[in-house]
Amino acid sequence: MSMSVQTDWKVIAFRLQEEEYALPVQYVRSIEKIQPITRVPGTAPYVKGVINLRGVVTPIIDLRERFGFAPEPYWEQTRMIIAAFGDIEVGLIVDAANDVLDIPAASIDPPEAIGAIGAAYICGVAKVEKRLLILLDLASVLSE
Amino acid sequence: MDMSQYLDLFIDESKEHLQAINERLLELEKTPEDMSVVNDIFRSAHTLKGMSATMGFEDLANLTHQMENVLDGIRNRRLSVTPELLDVIFEAVDHLEAMISSIAAGGDGTRDVRRTVEQLKRIEQGEMPNKQAAREEPPLEHAYGEFEYYVLEQAKEQGFSVYEIRVRLRDDCLLKAARVYMVFEQLNEVGEIVKAMPPVEMLEEEQFDREFLVTVVSKAPADELQKRLMGISEIDDVKVSMLSSNEPSAESEKASAPQQPAAMEQAEAVQAEAEAPEKQTAKQATKTIRVNIERLDMLMNLFEELVVDRGRLEQISRELNHAELTETVERMSRISSDLQTIILNMRMVPVETVFNRFPRMVRQLARELGKKVRLDVIGAETELDRTVIDEIGDPLVHLLRNALDHGIEAPDVRAARGKPEEGTIQLRAYHSGNHVFIEIEDDGAGISREKVLKKAISRGIVSPEEAEHLTDEQVYELIFAPGFSTADHISDISGRGVGLDVVKSTIESLGGTVAVDSRPGQGSLFSIQLPLTLSIISVLLVQIAAETYAIPLSSIMETALIRKEDVFYVHNQPVIDFRGKVVPLVRLKDVFAVPGASDDSETVPAVIVRKGEKLAALAVDSFIGQQEVVLKSLGNYLSSVFAISGATILGDGRVALIIDCNALVK
Repeated sequence: MSMSVQTDWKVIAFRLQEEEYALPVQYVRSIEKIQPITRVPGTAPYVKGVINLRGVVTPIIDLRERFGFAPEPYWEQTRMIIAAFGDIEVGLIVDAANDVLDIPAASIDPPEAIGAIGAAYICGVAKVEKRLLILLDLASVLSE
Repeated sequence: MDMSQYLDLFIDESKEHLQAINERLLELEKTPEDMSVVNDIFRSAHTLKGMSATMGFEDLANLTHQMENVLDGIRNRRLSVTPELLDVIFEAVDHLEAMISSIAAGGDGTRDVRRTVEQLKRIEQGEMPNKQAAREEPPLEHAYGEFEYYVLEQAKEQGFSVYEIRVRLRDDCLLKAARVYMVFEQLNEVGEIVKAMPPVEMLEEEQFDREFLVTVVSKAPADELQKRLMGISEIDDVKVSMLSSNEPSAESEKASAPQQPAAMEQAEAVQAEAEAPEKQTAKQATKTIRVNIERLDMLMNLFEELVVDRGRLEQISRELNHAELTETVERMSRISSDLQTIILNMRMVPVETVFNRFPRMVRQLARELGKKVRLDVIGAETELDRTVIDEIGDPLVHLLRNALDHGIEAPDVRAARGKPEEGTIQLRAYHSGNHVFIEIEDDGAGISREKVLKKAISRGIVSPEEAEHLTDEQVYELIFAPGFSTADHISDISGRGVGLDVVKSTIESLGGTVAVDSRPGQGSLFSIQLPLTLSIISVLLVQIAAETYAIPLSSIMETALIRKEDVFYVHNQPVIDFRGKVVPLVRLKDVFAVPGASDDSETVPAVIVRKGEKLAALAVDSFIGQQEVVLKSLGNYLSSVFAISGATILGDGRVALIIDCNALVK
């Protein structure tokens, strides 16, 4: 997710803790409603477990907990964004996923510009019209 | 014509023909007079030659052509079958196999086979091979590429002469590389060296026998070159010959040679096949199609989804109690379970595909070791999952080598012990329940208890005190210990730095077990037990609070209900008395930190599991039942989770984790 590429980004926008995040579409396989999760003992707290995604056992990460936000009960808008990065496929639990949009490369600022907390998981911030979108750095979300 | 689309087909078919040739050659060795066997080999070789020529693999076509000539000689009773002759043919087959592998790996299938071709030619001319002849260097010969040939032609046009000079050093020449240097220096004074055979680097490293060949472009007359070279000491002989201008290059000759006969022989091949119609029809009785295993996996995944939905439909139809719906759902269930059987069977491959390379290997090893051995293969049609088949080859090779090297005694030793000179190794495969057994039994010397113990003690695997109390079985188990080898000195055959511990770990990684039995003086038996398939296992589903886990039946000894007062504590570790044995009690709800779990019941259901000799009792809340489940990986993100070996999808679509008992038994 290099910022130097001067092309527009097509992203999936999702809500988390009253903020809007975005993940480039090439990492997104599908968006699923919440379904029964089997807990896997001995894993990090933010790893909620695994689900049966059309015959493939897929691990699920709660992004709120991954970012150190307070956990919230799942509601009808809660979604799992199934993302693939290299040979890893995971589901990310987000408060809601609602939009696909294009972000012009010119409107993206590096994360340092806003001095955001948890900037480790962010690779940029984009301003599109009146919305502020935080660009998710999937590699660091998935790293230990 | 673009042949690439036929390449896969060519590779597959070539492999089949080579396998057939291998098998038939072994048969031929036993029954040298059976001409139908020779005919079979001839036909396979013939087809192979035709195919290779059509595909443009010239080295392959050349070698098969020469092999075919020899076979023809046998067929016409001009040549007789001897072990030495078969050695050469086997060598040729080895070359062919290497070429096919090279082509399969994306190479061009070229290989230096001149030595073998030369030997085959000599055999064809009635000269029986012997060890001496086999070791003799092939005559040196230059082959020029198109470009080199062009350069030489150019030189000739400009008034230069092209000489091929054959230099022979004296037998007692000490510094061969130095002589080569002097030769090159002399030649460079009067001309230019275009090519050397062997190549210059090899000459510099003295990697040649006594003779080498150089091609020189020069304006000097031949006798001057001769004189200059003979002036160097320690040179035995120099032959200078002029390369005439209309001589075709050796390589283009090679290239054109097989093409034409190949075309003619295609027609011949049809004729040859027509001669033996009965054999051909027998072979075509079962038609097969090759399918990529990934596609089968995809089919399997889709099918599993179908099974999950089937479960839901069954539930709905039970609830609705609608006669027509119930009937339809029942029909669908039946059909889908038949379908499941078929899909599983599609992944099954006969062990023959692994076994068929062993007779050849045993023959060669026996010859190398100077032993007489007969290999009996029984049950080669037994089927195993493809994934298991791919892994089982190497352990079997190891055990067979072991049997040959350490098991079967030399013929004179056997005779002295009153056994037949020829030893027997039996390789058996058979089904039993949900398992396949593969056994390797030899009638050799067996395993010496004292020798094993001595070694185990010296390696620190057991203490001398422990050793006294071990049963024979436990002693034999020791040979699977890491770093153990019963060979007095490491031989080339099975002592390749890896012991039987590798065999054991490979088989265990496949979910199987290996056991050994032996009677001193009478032989040994290695028995391998393997699951039918890796993708489906039998498990016991258990409940812990609200969670469901699966325990593989292969590690379960039995289930038990343990009363609270029967649980004792040793160093704070709960243990139970299980048939007079103290067994640790592992509370899974603690190990897995299951939320909402309480333990106030009077009896604890427990699963007694084993890892080798050690046992453990896994405490659960309740047993759900036994089930066949499809094994799934947890994916790359969760690559190693303690005591969990994978997952499976239950009938209701939920995921259940599979417990890795080996991690829980300490």
